[in-house]
Amino acid sequence: MKKSKMFFLLFITMFKIGLFTFGGGYAMVSVIERELVEKKKWVNHEEFLNILAIAESTPGPHAVNTSTYIGYKCAGFFGAFFATLGVVLPSLIIIFCISLFFDKFMSLTYVRYAFYGISACVVFLILSAGIKLFKHLKFNIFNTVIAVIVAVLMVTFSLLSIGFSSIYFIIIGGGIGLIFYLITLFVSLKKFKPKGEKLIFDNGSIVKKELNKTPEEKESEKDA
Amino acid sequence: MLDLFLTFLKIGTVSFGGGYGMISVLSEEVIKHGWLSEQQLLSFIAVSESTPGPVAINMATFIGASQGGAIIGGVFGSLLGAILATLAVVLPAFIIILVIAALIRGVLKYAGVQAVLAGIRPVVIGLIIGTAINLFISVVIGVSKVTDTPNFDWRALTIFFLIVAVYFSSSLIFKKKISPILLILISAFLGIVFYGFLGFL
Repeated sequence: MKKSKMFFLLFITMFKIGLFTFGGGYAMVSVIERELVEKKKWVNHEEFLNILAIAESTPGPHAVNTSTYIGYKCAGFFGAFFATLGVVLPSLIIIFCISLFFDKFMSLTYVRYAFYGISACVVFLILSAGIKLFKHLKFNIFNTVIAVIVAVLMVTFSLLSIGFSSIYFIIIGGGIGLIFYLITLFVSLKKFKPKGEKLIFDNGSIVKKELNKTPEEKESEKDA
Repeated sequence: MLDLFLTFLKIGTVSFGGGYGMISVLSEEVIKHGWLSEQQLLSFIAVSESTPGPVAINMATFIGASQGGAIIGGVFGSLLGAILATLAVVLPAFIIILVIAALIRGVLKYAGVQAVLAGIRPVVIGLIIGTAINLFISVVIGVSKVTDTPNFDWRALTIFFLIVAVYFSSSLIFKKKISPILLILISAFLGIVFYGFLGFL
């Protein structure tokens, strides 16, 4: 296929997906899968799962991550460019048009009342999105404790009006993950050293049991 | 305008977990800059949720347009703001994915990278839930910090519980999750009923 034709196809396909998919991220990703994997066969299923894992592990909107990757795979840098442009453009046009008359719209009394009601609903939507993601996460002490601590600290800081950016939470979380991993690595390395064996021997069988158990447990947590 | 661009660049760089993962950082930045009130932010989220396209992009465009309109003024200002904010929120993801796709395909397989991500994942979820609780406190109890005088809004609380009831009963009866757009429409109707028709209560 000629490159320029591929650019156009990528752009049009992603534009269509951006225009007709409601509900963002996950809804969009499933439409992308149907269009590009099942119908157009531009990427195979395994590759798509790979792309999903990458989209989830990198910052930014999932739809953008996915279309950039697929675009690059199909037609290089400009493929990525046109695919991303395609997925973003409908949003830009629609929201821009809405924003032009939104203030006038909001000044209508009953519209304002409607949006008071919608506020309560949006709070619920955010909460349920958080809970849904939590269910998808592998259930273990590490994940639960971190999620709960972050939520509690965030509410506390906000109520006491202490300025502590969410970004710090994310950085600290990444740091904790890394430290946790290094400790696990260190413990499991130590196990194979003769020096470590002696230590276990000196302290009796209970320690040995613990040492044998912990790395495996942590290993399985990490796999999640 | 540069501030708008840089802020959304920052948001795009740290927002793990898609649209909702972005909300905690977004609401912090937007309120810190005084761009939107909490009530406006919630309406923007509702509009972004009920229009097609990625929620994160919709929110960036929306806030960009409203800020562009406020700073420069006119249709041109709105358009420029919308384009700048959207570009800024997309750019980090675009570059990161390109780098991964082109150069370091295996980067996410390294145990160290996985360990960092394993630490970030629960944090993002905690942030989303924390944001929801903060917004709940502000919408229902009417305070954003402990020193504020509570201004309890029983209407908002009632609507919240009605929405929860609709959500669970629909998944029980129809065995299917109700779409967010339908929930938003129902809550809009409830808002008109409770704040408008029952406003005398």
